[in-house]
Amino acid sequence: MYFSLPWDRHCGPSASVVCCAPVRGSPVTSPAFSPVGLRFENIDKRYGRLLALRRVTLAIAPGECVVFAGRNGSGKTTLLRVAARLVRPSKGTLNFSEEPHAGESQEIRPGFVAHATMVYDELTAEENLLLFARLERLPQTEHRVDALLREVGLYDRRASLVRTFSRGMRQRVAIARALLHEPAVLLLDEPATGLDPQGVTWLAQAIRRLRDSGRTILMSLHGESEIASLGTRAVRLDAGSVVADTRTGATFRSILTFADA
Amino acid sequence: MSLLPNAAVLLGKELRTEFRSRELLTTTLIFILIVIVLFSFTFDPTSDESRRFAPGLLWLAFLFASSLMLQPCFLREQHNDTLSALRLSVRDPFAIFLAKLAANTLFLLLTELLLLPLFAIMYNVPVLSVLHWLVLVFFLASLGISIAGTALSAISAQARMRELLLPLLMLPLLTPILVASTEVTKALFDRTPYVQWKGIGFLAVFDVVFLTALWLFGEYLLEE
Repeated sequence: MYFSLPWDRHCGPSASVVCCAPVRGSPVTSPAFSPVGLRFENIDKRYGRLLALRRVTLAIAPGECVVFAGRNGSGKTTLLRVAARLVRPSKGTLNFSEEPHAGESQEIRPGFVAHATMVYDELTAEENLLLFARLERLPQTEHRVDALLREVGLYDRRASLVRTFSRGMRQRVAIARALLHEPAVLLLDEPATGLDPQGVTWLAQAIRRLRDSGRTILMSLHGESEIASLGTRAVRLDAGSVVADTRTGATFRSILTFADA
Repeated sequence: MSLLPNAAVLLGKELRTEFRSRELLTTTLIFILIVIVLFSFTFDPTSDESRRFAPGLLWLAFLFASSLMLQPCFLREQHNDTLSALRLSVRDPFAIFLAKLAANTLFLLLTELLLLPLFAIMYNVPVLSVLHWLVLVFFLASLGISIAGTALSAISAQARMRELLLPLLMLPLLTPILVASTEVTKALFDRTPYVQWKGIGFLAVFDVVFLTALWLFGEYLLEE
C-alpha cells in the first residue's frame, strides 16, 4: 500500500518504488481524489466602480486543462482567485461540478499557485511545507513533505531559508505547497513569471504530469509557450468577459497570441 | 474542530519567524527604552512625582510601542501573498487572528516585563511587592491592545497610507485601555498600594467584547 505523489498517478511499478513513500495507505493505481469539474455561473466581480468580471459563465469538464489568455487587467487573475474562493463574487455562483445548480461544495479545495510564491521567506523550504501540511491537518506530514521535496528537486536544500532561493526554486516550493493536499483542481496564475528557460521546461514537465494524472487545471498565461501548448482548451478574456473559447488548433493558437480568432 | 490546533501551528510560525529575525522585539524594546530614559532625564522626577505621572508615561510608551509592533503584523503576510495561502489552508480564519493576537500579546508582555526593572530604578518606584498584580494588569492590557490592534492591522494593511492609518485608528480606540491600566497601575504604585478592581474588571470586559467581535466579524476583514 503506497501513498502516491501528486503527479505519479500513472507512473509504472518501478517508478512507484522510487517516487512513492508509504504514507496514505492508498494504492498507486487509485487516485486520492475524484476528478472534478467547475461551473462559473454568471459571475460578476466588482471592485468599487471597476467591474473586473462581467457575466462569466463557463463549464469546465473534469480533467480539462484550460488556458486563460488576455491582456493585463482582463480579469484572468480575478477569475482564478474566485475559483480559489479567495475572492467572493459580487454576483453569480461557482460550483465544483459541471452540472448547473449543483450547489456550492465547500469540500473541494483547489491548489493555487499565484504570481507571488505564497511561502515565507524567513522559513526553510521544509518548514514552509510542514506549516501548511499541519494547517491542512494531513496525515504523516513529514513523509509527505519529504516526498514532495524530493519530487520538486529541493530535498538537498530543504533546510535552506526560502529567501536564499532563486525565483525558480521558490516556484518549486510554491508548487509543492499547492500540491500538499492532493487537490483535484489546480489553479496556476502565470506560473512561469520570472522563470528562466530551464525553469519553464521543468514547470512544463510538472504541469504535463499533473494534467495526465487527471487533475483539472486552470492556468492564466501570456502568449504562446511550452506551457500553453499543454492546454486542452483556451479561453480569452477581455475587460472581464469571455470573448473566445475553443478546444481546436488554429483558433486555440489565435487566442493565445491575441490574434483575431 | 480545527481552530485551536491551527492557531497553535500558526503561533509556532509567528514565534519562529520573530525569534529568528528579532525585528519586532528589538524595535519595540529600544523604542520604550528611549521614551523611559528621555522622560527621566527631562523631568528628573522625585519619588512622589513618579508615583503620580509615571504610570501614565509607562502606558503611553507601551501604547505607542504597540502601534509600532502591530504595524507589520499583516503587512508581512502581503509580501509574498502568504495571507492567501493561509486563507486557503485554514478552515476557520479566526485561527489566523488568534495566533497573531497571541503572539502580539506575548511579545508585548515580554517587552513590558523586560523593561519593568529599568523603569522601577529610573523612576524610583517599588514594584516587587505588587509584581503579581502588575503582571495581571500588563497581561489584560496587552491582550486588549493586541486584540484591537491585530484587527485594525488587518484593515489598515489593505488600505492606502497603511503606515499612517494604523496609529490613527488604534490610538483613539485604545484610550479606554490607557485610562484603565494607568489608574490600576497608579493604585499599585501608591504609598499604600491597593488593587483597583473596577479597572481590572473593565480591562477584562474590554478583552472579552473585542475578542467576541473579532470572532464574529474577523473573516470579513481578510476578504479581498
